[in-house]
Amino acid sequence: MTAQLRNSSYYKLRRGLNTASAHIFMLVFLSYFLIPLIWLLISSTKTNAGLFSTFGFWFGKEFNFFQNLQDLFAYDNGDFALWMRNTAVYAVVAALGSSLIATMAGYAFAQYRFPGRNLLFGIVLASVFVPLTVFAVPLFLMMSKSGLSNSLLAVILPALVNPFGVYLMRVYAEGAISPELIDAARVDGAGEFRIFAAIAFRLLAPGFVTVLLFAFVGAWNNYFLPLLLLSKSDLYLLTVGLAYWNSLTFQPGVAQVLYILVVAGSVVAIVPVMIVFLFLQRYWQEGLNLGSVTG
Amino acid sequence: MSLAKISVPRSPNGEMQTLPTRYPWRRLGRKITPYLFLSPFLIGYIAFMVYPLIYSFNLSLYRKQIIGGVTFVGLANYVNVFQDTNFWEGIRNVLIFGAMQIPVMLGLALTFALILDSKVIHRATIFRLGYFLPFAVPSVVAALMWGYFYGQSFGPITQVAQALGLEPPVFLTFKGIIPSMANISTWQFAGYNMLIIYAALKAIPPELYEAARVDGANDWQIAWGIKIPIVWPAIVLTMIFSVIGTLQLFNEPNVLRVVAPTVVNEHFTPNLYLYFLAFRNARFEYSAAMAFSLALVSAMLASLVLLVTRRER
Repeated sequence: MTAQLRNSSYYKLRRGLNTASAHIFMLVFLSYFLIPLIWLLISSTKTNAGLFSTFGFWFGKEFNFFQNLQDLFAYDNGDFALWMRNTAVYAVVAALGSSLIATMAGYAFAQYRFPGRNLLFGIVLASVFVPLTVFAVPLFLMMSKSGLSNSLLAVILPALVNPFGVYLMRVYAEGAISPELIDAARVDGAGEFRIFAAIAFRLLAPGFVTVLLFAFVGAWNNYFLPLLLLSKSDLYLLTVGLAYWNSLTFQPGVAQVLYILVVAGSVVAIVPVMIVFLFLQRYWQEGLNLGSVTG
Repeated sequence: MSLAKISVPRSPNGEMQTLPTRYPWRRLGRKITPYLFLSPFLIGYIAFMVYPLIYSFNLSLYRKQIIGGVTFVGLANYVNVFQDTNFWEGIRNVLIFGAMQIPVMLGLALTFALILDSKVIHRATIFRLGYFLPFAVPSVVAALMWGYFYGQSFGPITQVAQALGLEPPVFLTFKGIIPSMANISTWQFAGYNMLIIYAALKAIPPELYEAARVDGANDWQIAWGIKIPIVWPAIVLTMIFSVIGTLQLFNEPNVLRVVAPTVVNEHFTPNLYLYFLAFRNARFEYSAAMAFSLALVSAMLASLVLLVTRRER
C-alpha cells in the first residue's frame, strides 16, 4: 500500500514541490551568507572616492585593487605588514603548540588509567564553560608585571592552553587507537614515548589537524585578549590594527583615505583563513564529527 | 541531556600490569608516564587559568583608595557591582540580544542541518561550505563589514533603497542597534552551529528511521519524532555555548561604537564596561569583581538552559 502511495502522482508532485522549496530556501540563505563577502571583494577594487560614488554591488570605473594593496602595505611606514607578520607568528606558534600539548594530554587521558584521571579531566572540561572575561584583568596584570606585554609571548603563552582541544583529542584517541596495538608495541620492547611518537601520533593525525585548524582560526581571529595584552602598535594583530584604523576614519576630517585601506586590509585578513579552511575541509568535517554529541 | 555523559566517555582498557616485563624499570616508568604526557598541559593550565583565577579573586577583595592605599574590603566590590546600574543595563542589553539572536540562529542552524541531512539538496557541499565560510571571518572584520553595509554614506542597503525610491532603513539607532548586532552574530555563527548539529545527525544509524519511513512517515515527521530528539544534546550544547558567548559580547559593540558612539555607550555590554573600567580607568579590583559576577550570571543562565531543556526520561 505504501509503495502504491509512493508512486502516485500526488506524492510525486508533493515531493517535487518540497524539493524545490528546500532549494529556494537554501539558495536565499546562501546569498545571505555570501553577499556581504562579495560586496567586500568588489569594494576592495575601488578607489576611496569610488567607494562613495559607485554602486556597491558592481565594479567602479577603475580597477584599483593592486594600488590599494600597495597603499595598504605602505601606509604609516608599513604597519600593516608588521601586523600581518605578528598575526602569522602568533597564530602558527599558538596553534601548533596548543595542539601538540592537547594531543599529548588527550592521549594520556585516553590510553592510561592513573590516580586522579577522572577528577583532572572533569576540571579540564569544566573550564571550557568559564567565560574568558575572568582572565582578562589577571592576565593583563601578570603580563605587564613580568614585562611580557612588550612581546608577542603575552598572547602566545595563554593560547597554548586549549582545554576543548584536550577533550576532542581524548575522544579521538579513544576511537582511533586500539589498546591491543599499544600493548603489542610494548611487548616488542618499545618505550612509552617511542610508542606515542612513532605509532600513536600517526593514528591521531586527523584529529590533530582538526584541533590545529580551529586553534589557528581562533588565534587569527582573536581580538579581545590581544587588544588588552598588546599595548604597542608595532605589536598589534590584524584584528586590533584594523579596528584601530577604522576608529580613525570616523574622526572628522582625520583620515578619510583609511576607508579603502580598511576594506582592502579586511580582504587580506580573511583570505589566509579561507584558503586554509577550503583546502583542509576533509579534516575539519571529520573533526566536527568526532566532537559530535548524541544522547 | 547530561554533561556528565560527555565527560566520562568509556575508556579502553589501558592496563599494562599483565604484560611480560623484560624491562622491570619500565613498570615504574609507566606509572609516571601519563603525568609526563599531561605535564605541558597541566603546567600551562595552572599558570594561565588556575593561577589567574586565584589572583583575580584575591584582587577583587581589595580596593585602591587615593588616601590610605590598598585596603582589604571583603565582598564590598561585589556589593557595589550588584548595585551598579550600568552593569545591569549591560546585562539587560545582552539578554535582549540573546533572546533575539540565539533562537533565530539555532533555529536556522537546525533547519539547515535537517535539510542537508534529508539529502533532497543537490550539490550539498556548496551550501555546507558557503554557510560555514563566515565563521572563518574575524568578528572584527565581520563587524567592520556589516558596519559599512548598514552605513548611510556608502552602505549598499541605503543605495539599493534609494535606487528603488524607498526610505533607506536606519540600523544604528537606539532601536535598531541590537537587531543589527544580532544579525552580525547570526551571519557569523549559524553555519558553524549547523555543522555541529549536522555532525550529530550524521551519527544517527539510518536503521532508526528507515522503519518509520517504510511505515509511511514523511521527512517532517521523521525530523520531529526521531532526529531532533536524538540530536537534542548537541542542540543544548550549542545553546549553552551561545549563552556564554552572548554574555561576553564585546567585539561587535566595540567596533560599532566608532560608527554610533551615542548609541553604543561605554557600558553597552558588561564586557565593554569592564574594558573601560579596567583599561581606561585602571579600576582593576572592581573590574575583577565584575568579571566574577558576570561568570556567576553566566553559570546561572547555563544551568537554567540545562534545566529548561531537560527531557523527561
